[in-house]
Formats: sequence, C-alpha cells, structure tokens
Amino acid sequence: MINFSEVRETNAMIQRENLDVRTITMGISLLDCIDGDLTRLCERIREKILRSAGDLVRTGEDISREYGIPIVNKRISVTPIALVGAGACRSSEDFVQIARTLDRAAREVGVNFLGGYSALVSKGITGADRLLIESIPQALSETEIVCSSVNVGSTKTGIDMDAVRMMGTIIRRTAEATADRDSIGCAKLVVFCNAPDDNPFMAGAFHGVTEADRVLNIGVSGPGVVKKALESVRGEDFEVLCETVKKTAFKITRVGQLVAREASERLGVPFGIIDLSLAPTPAVGDSVADILCEMGLETAGGPGTTAALALLNDQVKKGGLMASSYVGGLSGAFIPVSEDRGMIHAARTGALTLEKLEAMTCVCSVGLDMIAIPGSTPDTTIAGIIADEMAIGMINQKTTAVRLIPVIGKEVGEEAQFGGLLGYAPIMPVSTVRCDGFVNRRGRIPAPVHSFKN
Amino acid sequence: MRRAIITVVGRDTIGIIAGVCTYLAERHINILDISQTIVDGYFNMMMIVDITQLQIPFGEMAEELDRIGQEKIGVQIRCQREEIFDLMHRV
Repeated sequence: MINFSEVRETNAMIQRENLDVRTITMGISLLDCIDGDLTRLCERIREKILRSAGDLVRTGEDISREYGIPIVNKRISVTPIALVGAGACRSSEDFVQIARTLDRAAREVGVNFLGGYSALVSKGITGADRLLIESIPQALSETEIVCSSVNVGSTKTGIDMDAVRMMGTIIRRTAEATADRDSIGCAKLVVFCNAPDDNPFMAGAFHGVTEADRVLNIGVSGPGVVKKALESVRGEDFEVLCETVKKTAFKITRVGQLVAREASERLGVPFGIIDLSLAPTPAVGDSVADILCEMGLETAGGPGTTAALALLNDQVKKGGLMASSYVGGLSGAFIPVSEDRGMIHAARTGALTLEKLEAMTCVCSVGLDMIAIPGSTPDTTIAGIIADEMAIGMINQKTTAVRLIPVIGKEVGEEAQFGGLLGYAPIMPVSTVRCDGFVNRRGRIPAPVHSFKN
Repeated sequence: MRRAIITVVGRDTIGIIAGVCTYLAERHINILDISQTIVDGYFNMMMIVDITQLQIPFGEMAEELDRIGQEKIGVQIRCQREEIFDLMHRV
C-alpha cells in the first residue's frame, strides 16, 4: 500500500521541483498523402493531421488532471517533408506552401510545435531536398510553429559537406529573415548527424520512414528533481552520487511511462518510445547546469564539467532503462544554453565557451544547442562549426546537432530574447580564424572505419 | 477497484475532514484508508479512496474537490489516481 512519505515525495517533485512530462509527441506518417498535385497534397496533409491528432491536446490535458502531473507540450512530428513533397513541388515556394499548411493544421489541433519540415541528406541531395533546404528561411519566417531539421551526416555514410556548406548559408539567411525578432527562425532549425527517427523533442523531431503510421513518443524532464536529490548527498562518494541520480531517473521515467501508456490507450495510437532526456527550462530550479554545480563545480564550463556531465548522462540512462523497456530518441542530458538559467549565467560570466560546449557534446545529447552568436559570423564559419559537431557524432556513433542563432545586428556583450521555453541568451564569442578553404571543398567526408578504436 | 489518493494540506481548522468526507459520500467515493497529522498548526492528510462507483469524469471530481478546498475550507486538496505513486515507488 502507498504510504504518506511516498505521496509527499511525488507531490513535492511536481509542485516544488518542476517535475513534468515535457512532451507528448504524436508521430504521423504523411507517406499516404503523397500526390503529384500540390493543392491536393496539402488538403490530404491537413485532413490526416486533423484526423490523427484532433484529440491529442484534450487527452493530454485529461491525463494531466487525473494524475496531477503537468504535461507541458503536445506536439506533432511528420514524415520528412522533402520526401512527402518531392512529387508535387517544383520550386521552393511550393514547399513553403506545405509549411503553411502544416502550420495551420497544427494550430487547428492546438499543438505547440510541429516538426518534420526536414530533409535527410547524409549521403546525397536530391532535387527535392535542395528545394526544401532552400525554402527553409522563408518557411520558418512565415510560419510560427513549424520546426525544421536537416540530417547531413551519419556514422554509416559519413558527412555530406555540400549539405554542411549549404546549411551555413541557410542558417544565416534564416536569421536575416527573422532579424526583427532576434533571428528566432534559427531556434526552429537543427542540423543533425545520426538523427533519430523517433525523437519527440523539438526542433529536431520528425517521423522516420521506418515508423508505423502513427506513434506516440514521450519526452520526460526533471533537472530540478535530480538537483534536489543531489542536495541530500553533498560530499558523499561517487557511488552514492551515481545511485542517487539513477534512482531519481527511474522515478522520473516511470511517470513518463505511465503517461505514455495512458495516452496510447486513450488515443488508440501505439506507444513508441520514452526519451530519457533531462530537458531544462529557463525557470528557476529547472537547470542541468545547476546539477553540475551541485556535484561540486563552481560554474558549468569550468574544469570537471565534461566528466560531471558524462556521469550525469550515463546514470540518467541507467536509471531510465530500468523504468521503461522502450527507450529511444535522444535520451541524455540536454545542454541548450538559452533554455537553462545556469548555462546562461555561465555564458555571461565567460566560464562557458563555445569550445567547452563542443567538448561537452561528446558525452551527452545532443549538441551545440540554442547558442546565440554574433550576427556578423560568416557562413563558412557557421559551416565549420557544423562540420566539427557532425564529426563528433559520426566518429562516436552518437547523435549530435547544431542549433546556432546568429543574431542579426547583435554582437558579443549583447543578449537575444526568444521568449517562453526558448529563453534568452548572451551572444557568445566565435573564433575569428577562417576555415573557408576547408568547407568550400566539394563532396563528402567518407564514413569512418569501425575498427582500430583509439 | 479503481483507487485514487487525496491529499489535503493547509492551516488546521474545524471541519476539514467533515467537509472532504461529505463531498466523497455524495459522489459515492468509498474511503479505504486515512492517515493524518498536524505539524506546527498545519494539517496534513492523505486518503486512499475507491472511485469505482464515481459517476462523473475523474477530472471534474478533482476540480470540485480543489474548489471546495479553496473556497469552503481554506486548504489545498489534490486528488490523483493511484498509479502515479505506485509506479514511481515500486520496481
């Protein structure tokens, strides 16, 4: 039988430590909507989204009320649009029309983001992929809740450097297209290596072609809960530290599992995976950086940060894997700078640099995330940063991502405001050493050797 | 049996248990277990209840309890389905 202290612990997590289920994301395959006629394609997409996800928001709210656990976001991911629109789109403008359709349909069902305005070009770029990528700046500036991602590399295929170079330019153009709003378009655009098919988190969510017609993926959260649990083991050895993180991750994941099961049953949509990521928000007490500080660092970004993050990431997985049999997505600690109060503080004081963040991405999911850089950063430098991050993912067989925001008109020392969960961020300095000669080469970086690991 | 956990927290006053229990009886909710303490004048109660015979949607009942707590008694009342606690604290 449940006892008083267990009930109190759970409710304290929810009420005081920001425990929530970060997102229920419904993946919807749009492959059966494909049509050679653009107008008909858009109609079919709208109809399928409305039919599939019409009850998503209400069901999420019902579950939230019954269990007393906040479910912050209800979202949709769709089949990469470069595939869906390939037969109907003759120009970038045609793809933008699909983006508008997605935006309208997503608002109609009341979700707060829709992901999948995507292209998978890890080995080569089709004509449709190119049109979609070129349409991204306009699509993200003319829509509100559509998110875009481009997978430019993988461990199996290597890195498509033509796509990397293109994305350097596309990121800057997207920033320019939304310059009046601190280049917020770039907050909805991710460049991936080894992108997972079942990620429920934005902006990188899309519904992979290997997935079922519809599927529910759940993203949990809870940095505040981990931080609070670690407060009770200050000064203890690493074994105690790891045990505490594991137990807490177990509890957090169980809540996600419960919500997943309920939502799946009520919506009649199969459950896919739980993503075990610790996702921070800009709210006080919901920071991954604060967990690292609780472990004993003065500020995130200092020496010891990579080790502390590696430990955290691994223990979260170990605890979470025990709590759910179907774990997927990105699963790890997120370190988005603008969405994490502790990271923002570390960046402001100079303790956290772009280079240190790059090192941190070697041991956690996902990558260089929500980092504001000077608007004057050259395209080739952005491409160089992307290439570095993709190389880390390719060699280490992990997902890495880049979500950089070159804030047009702002320089180091200023701040960008994105609002809501996207937060705010100081503009971080970027190396001025040029890499044009490297990124302007044509072709691909070959897939790495899978032996001789050193 | 469908079970739920009701927690009541707030400044102690006369009639908290009476107020909550009267509502539960009206809604055909059977009380299975109650534990209650008072710490520094603060009332803390947990109830395990059977909601099998509840006639209205669970969310509506939880909202009514919340309203009774805030408007009539001056305490915070939460009602949650039991599974969340069970799953979190049992392997």
